[in-house]
Amino acid sequence: MSKNNTLKKRKTVLMQGNEAIARGALDAGVNFYAGYPITPSTEIAEIFSYELPRRGGKFIQMEDEIASISAIIGGSLAGAKTMTATSGPGFSLMMEGIGFAKMTETPCVVVNVMRGGPSTGLPTKPSQSDIMQARWGNHGDAPAIVLYPNSVMESYELSIRAVNLAEKYRTCVILLSDEVLGHMRETVNLPDLSKIKIISRIKPTIPPEWYKHFPENPKYPMPMASFGEGYRFHVTGLSHDEKGFPTNKAKEISRMMERFRKKIEYYIKDIVQIESFFMEDAKIAIFSVGITARAAKEAVMKARKRGIKVGLLRPLTIWPFPDGAVKKYLGDKKAIIVPELNEGQLSLELKRVMGGIWNYEIRKTKNIVELHKNSGELITPEEIFQTIREVK
Amino acid sequence: MPKISQKAIHKFLRHDKNFPHVWCPGCSNGIVLGATIRAIAELGYKKDNIVMVSGIGCSSRMPVYVDFNTLHSLHGRAIAYATGIKIVKPEMKVIVITGDGDATAIGGNHFIHGARRNIDMTVILINNNIYGMTGGQYSPTTPYGDRTTTTPYGNIDPVFDICNLALGAGATFVARTTAFHVIEAQSFIKQAFEHKGFSLVEIISACPVIYGRLNKKGDASAMMKSMKENVLPIKAFEKLSDKQKKGKQKRGIFVNKIRPEFIEEYDKLIKSLQDEKGRK
Ligand SMILES: Cc1ncc(C[n+]2csc(CCOP(=O)(O)OP(=O)(O)O)c2C)c(N)n1
Ligand code: SF4
Ligand SMILES: [Mg+2]
Repeated sequence: MSKNNTLKKRKTVLMQGNEAIARGALDAGVNFYAGYPITPSTEIAEIFSYELPRRGGKFIQMEDEIASISAIIGGSLAGAKTMTATSGPGFSLMMEGIGFAKMTETPCVVVNVMRGGPSTGLPTKPSQSDIMQARWGNHGDAPAIVLYPNSVMESYELSIRAVNLAEKYRTCVILLSDEVLGHMRETVNLPDLSKIKIISRIKPTIPPEWYKHFPENPKYPMPMASFGEGYRFHVTGLSHDEKGFPTNKAKEISRMMERFRKKIEYYIKDIVQIESFFMEDAKIAIFSVGITARAAKEAVMKARKRGIKVGLLRPLTIWPFPDGAVKKYLGDKKAIIVPELNEGQLSLELKRVMGGIWNYEIRKTKNIVELHKNSGELITPEEIFQTIREVK
Repeated sequence: MPKISQKAIHKFLRHDKNFPHVWCPGCSNGIVLGATIRAIAELGYKKDNIVMVSGIGCSSRMPVYVDFNTLHSLHGRAIAYATGIKIVKPEMKVIVITGDGDATAIGGNHFIHGARRNIDMTVILINNNIYGMTGGQYSPTTPYGDRTTTTPYGNIDPVFDICNLALGAGATFVARTTAFHVIEAQSFIKQAFEHKGFSLVEIISACPVIYGRLNKKGDASAMMKSMKENVLPIKAFEKLSDKQKKGKQKRGIFVNKIRPEFIEEYDKLIKSLQDEKGRK
């Protein structure tokens, strides 16, 4: 990959969240991008359209988001590292394709820069209302890997990680961002290219007659041939056997479903990333992600200055949900505050996990305190701080 | 034209566990499969270098039977998947197998944009005038007045002329024939494969089990006979009076021309950017 690219030179640079996502993906080796413009994600497509041909990669603006996700899955099957980016309405349109990528275990990355919804909603305002859609949006059971940064630097890092995880675990990885994160500018310390860990899918080395595109045991590495390499495999969205051929046999279908589940479960430690901030002695915890977690951090610092023992637990990987970390860090807290830009999607999941520790009655008595906003405005540090004082 | 023996076809089929195939007796899909394989055999293409992509439908079940790189994608999306594959591996021969519903209803958008881009691929569209797979609902090519399970009182929805649609959208090779005219089908498919750009071969086909039964068209051979009588070479068709043209269709090659192809244009762009860099 060329180093004299036109994006700002490597070092400490000021850049926008969307630019950081594009930059991260390019550094991770994404060489084919297909997309359809939508606010607030459009800059990502614009940067790829400029950068990819300069690096020998390819960009195409498709006729809609369904075509975009289809093209990147096709491109990935042909051997490229691929990405698309969208927002709310486009994300909804991509769901069938995302399910297809999971079903066919085809690596690709879908970026969703969240805006207010439902429907056309609030194109230029932030939201966190696609947390559940990112997990459950496609029909059928299939685990999801979903990452969500909270700074421009992290947008760059998690973009690389999203590509790496997609390649490593052969699935569609979703990278969430939001309107504010996507458009705000911060300084980013770009690491030297040689220092970045880049993962690419492992190619099979066995003879084609032995090759199975979906072998029983989903242990890493999970070799994957591309079209045109002599393996002539079959790919279908129908339930399939190890070779990819359609099947109706219950045993083969269970094995396939188990493979989707296991390949994430086995490697949960590798996939889940979490930040804990002042959690050791905290009596009160804030559980928050993305842009809202920034406000939460400020609120924590303000409260600590006043001697209130409060901490922040922030998953960077929101799916698979960090059940283990949640139990470990939050199980003994007096109260957990969950601020989020939706009507309680993250807290719903938190309640599922905490349900095993606290019963519903206890939960109702103030232990999980939800703080919602769905009007396109951010939750402020002051609002979180006030909530901390109330539960103290 | 070298003769391809019936046995030679077996070299191109998968013998794993995919047979018997899913198609009904008398269905034209197998005829199209045979014509496609013979065209490939005649051209001497390498199996490793072919990727066959389909959507969803009876017709779209074809890829699982052939020993190529094969992708059975989503309903209507075959051309979009194929676009991604072709952009990443331009050296591969990309073949799309689709149905009338798959390509012109749910996938209409991808169909016209594929044609507009003139991206190098061959679309073989099996037009049986119905949604076969889902049990016989009307499609954008179901003739006026016909019975389907969702037109119980007869169809009032006008039809698409698929070849005109492709021409209007900018396809550079457009041909129509029928499953009865199997030698012609093989020849058109072969020419489409050798064409650089977006090529479409529409093959009018028989779905005797559903469309034929619902519309009292007789058995498969009666439907074949009707194709023979009612789908005429372009010149013969043009000679007919307007009255005689009713219920008849043209077959033949409607266009075969060269226009800049999407990936070649993109490669030129890459090269010009690299030359620019080299000069700096
Ligand atoms: C998104 C979606 N909608 C609907 C269907 C159901 N469906 C499967 S095949 C089909 C119609 C196929 O018709 P056509 O393309 O003409 O193929 P044929 O079966 O006639 O060969 C439909 C509606 C589907 N699989 N996916
Ligand atoms: S339903 Fe019609 S199109 Fe489908 S396999 Fe049977 S005959 Fe062929
Ligand atoms: Mg049909």
